[in-house]
Amino acid sequence: MTTTEGTQEAEAREIERLTESTTLLRIATAGSVDDGKSTLIGRLLHDTKSVMADQLAAVTEASRRRGWAGELADLALLTDGLRAEREQGITIDVAHRFFATPTRSFVLADTPGHVQYTRNMVTGASRADAVIVLVDARHGIVEQTRRHLAVSALLRVGHVVVAINKIDLVEEPEQVLESVERDLAALGDVLALPPTTAVPVSALHGDNVVLRSTRTPWYEGPTLLDLLEELPPLAHEADEFFRMPVQLVIRPQQGAVDPTMQDFRGFAGLVTAGAVEVGDPIEVAASGLRSEVTAIWQAGRPVLRAETGLSVTLELADEVDVSRGDLLGAAGTLPESGDEVRAVLCWLGGSPLVPGARVLIAHGTATAAAKVTSIDGRLDIASLTRTEADRAELNDLVEVTLRLARPLPLESYTTSREGGALVVIDPQDGTTLAAGMVDGTLGS
Amino acid sequence: MTQVTTAPTLLDALEAEAIHIIREALGQLERPVMLFSGGKDSMLMLHLAAKAVWPAPVPFPLLHVDTGHNFPEVLDFRDRTAEKYGTEIVVARVQDYLDDGRLRERADGTRNPLQTLPLLDAIEEGRFDGVFGGGRRDEDKARAKERVVSLRSAFGEWDPKNQRPELWSMYNTRHRPGEHVRVFPLSNWTELDVWRYIAREGVDLPSLYYAHEREVFERDGMLLSPGPWTAPRPGETVGVRRVRYRTVGDMSCTGAVPSDAADVGAIVAEVAASTLTERGATRADDRLSEAAMEDRKKEGYF
Repeated sequence: MTTTEGTQEAEAREIERLTESTTLLRIATAGSVDDGKSTLIGRLLHDTKSVMADQLAAVTEASRRRGWAGELADLALLTDGLRAEREQGITIDVAHRFFATPTRSFVLADTPGHVQYTRNMVTGASRADAVIVLVDARHGIVEQTRRHLAVSALLRVGHVVVAINKIDLVEEPEQVLESVERDLAALGDVLALPPTTAVPVSALHGDNVVLRSTRTPWYEGPTLLDLLEELPPLAHEADEFFRMPVQLVIRPQQGAVDPTMQDFRGFAGLVTAGAVEVGDPIEVAASGLRSEVTAIWQAGRPVLRAETGLSVTLELADEVDVSRGDLLGAAGTLPESGDEVRAVLCWLGGSPLVPGARVLIAHGTATAAAKVTSIDGRLDIASLTRTEADRAELNDLVEVTLRLARPLPLESYTTSREGGALVVIDPQDGTTLAAGMVDGTLGS
Repeated sequence: MTQVTTAPTLLDALEAEAIHIIREALGQLERPVMLFSGGKDSMLMLHLAAKAVWPAPVPFPLLHVDTGHNFPEVLDFRDRTAEKYGTEIVVARVQDYLDDGRLRERADGTRNPLQTLPLLDAIEEGRFDGVFGGGRRDEDKARAKERVVSLRSAFGEWDPKNQRPELWSMYNTRHRPGEHVRVFPLSNWTELDVWRYIAREGVDLPSLYYAHEREVFERDGMLLSPGPWTAPRPGETVGVRRVRYRTVGDMSCTGAVPSDAADVGAIVAEVAASTLTERGATRADDRLSEAAMEDRKKEGYF
């Protein structure tokens, strides 16, 4: 073997090792243009070397054209999207960015912070394992920050990181950090926030984003990237029960790709909670039918066990009646199916919601017609208190009571993010109207 | 008490997400179709679709918009693949539209922007209500803003200001008659993820992706293959170089890159170390303007 071959083989092994151990973390960002959110994301991309030479060249050129006088380039331009945004200097929709370290790949949902675009933050945060909320060091926690924290808490995002940006622009940075931490602790009690960490950064100069700053000797905590790299990837708990909404029933019959599989009958879905093993007793929600798992296929290969987050096809011991829209779970653990539900809705529709409205409710892979029987309260963001309400406007957070045309196996969102999540759909044109959380409350 | 279970590795997580998206589309839509060029992203998407329904066969046809300037070896690969997966392939030809005058050749000779009309016609003729596309969000600014399930008007238009919120892992494919949805199972994959997964799974690809000797000439920093549509201009000299393609689109605007990466392991290493994005390095049409992709997408492009 020559030296080159040896090196190549070592490289290949190293790549394989990294691929095997790399995990995926989904994060969302919240903050306004003025907080320097685009610059922070640009900085994360740039300093993790996720910006390619041609992109950086384009941004450097654009910065120069616009009279940029700072160091490097205007990194905010890296996240510039559509023409309308460039013209108006705003962000109008969720954009997805990617960066990676040797141990973790990140999918970042970059969500605009304007009040009118809370719907986008809900989109980004509903899927996120962690949210980065941006605060301008000169202003501290403002109403918009409270809104972002309230949405993060409501959606039960596993981790919240507060990046205190422009820390270089304040006279007494240590006091700013302390005061933000104090405010967060107080808000945490009101909002039931997960443990929240604040990091002082300067996105413009790169301090404490990826690289530790020498200009903040008083700060001994981690950099923003250190934190993101170390967060547990999924907040799933080991004692969660197995859940899988059935997406498809797979019966190849004569068409089977393998002639010996013509009698195959499998139930395809994503494991949304817990884990499933061959031999486990399972139950179908609502019907209460029971059977046993005889085989698990993960993307076409046989496995003995499948964890949360994997797409599988299950074979069962008995010919139970199961179709798309059914929920499979560990036997004896499924919730009672009910036809009346109380939920918190984040209203995303253009026209207001009023009592009596008829909607569709999507839950897992099931859909049911429903009527909004009452609107029971609204969260006032400024005071974080619950107020009376008889309608919901765009971006409002309201408590409602729904009557379902057929019972659904709903779980409380406070114990199950997937099992307690609802999507409200307009039955006429199919538009997505609201994000719903079963049993949620908006505080006292 | 709150002990965390093992998280899936990156590739397992991306595979599971893509399969989940494909199954949601199949469960909700009446007549889906998959855009298939024979390129690596469409090949990966087909591979994942086959896994999503295994051991049942792929339950939808493939659709290819042929610019008339495609690499012959890729067309051959496309047809062999459709046969291997036992599915029908519908081909919409830009050349037919040029021949009968519905489209006119552009001054720059590039045909990629001409694909939109034949694509929309094929969707309408096939009465397809869902179209799987291999687009990835890391490819371009406009793609970065698109939802996994993206609603298109009766004219195929994308309205970036009026996209549906996409919540948790629930995908809403509902649409009115005449509208359709585009479904992008590979939204969250990067180019490196695609190659790592192709290496892991041993997915077949056209030979153009691997390093080979080829006659090329240089234009605007790209290596183009001389042919009936891309003749070298005065001052551009043709020479044999060792190259490979990172994307396999229209021959008139898809460039090769110098490379010695002759197998998939070498490509993973090359992509991992690469400093140029896929499109910037090899697609002349995306360089047309800062907003090139945005404009084409709004008109109904892939």
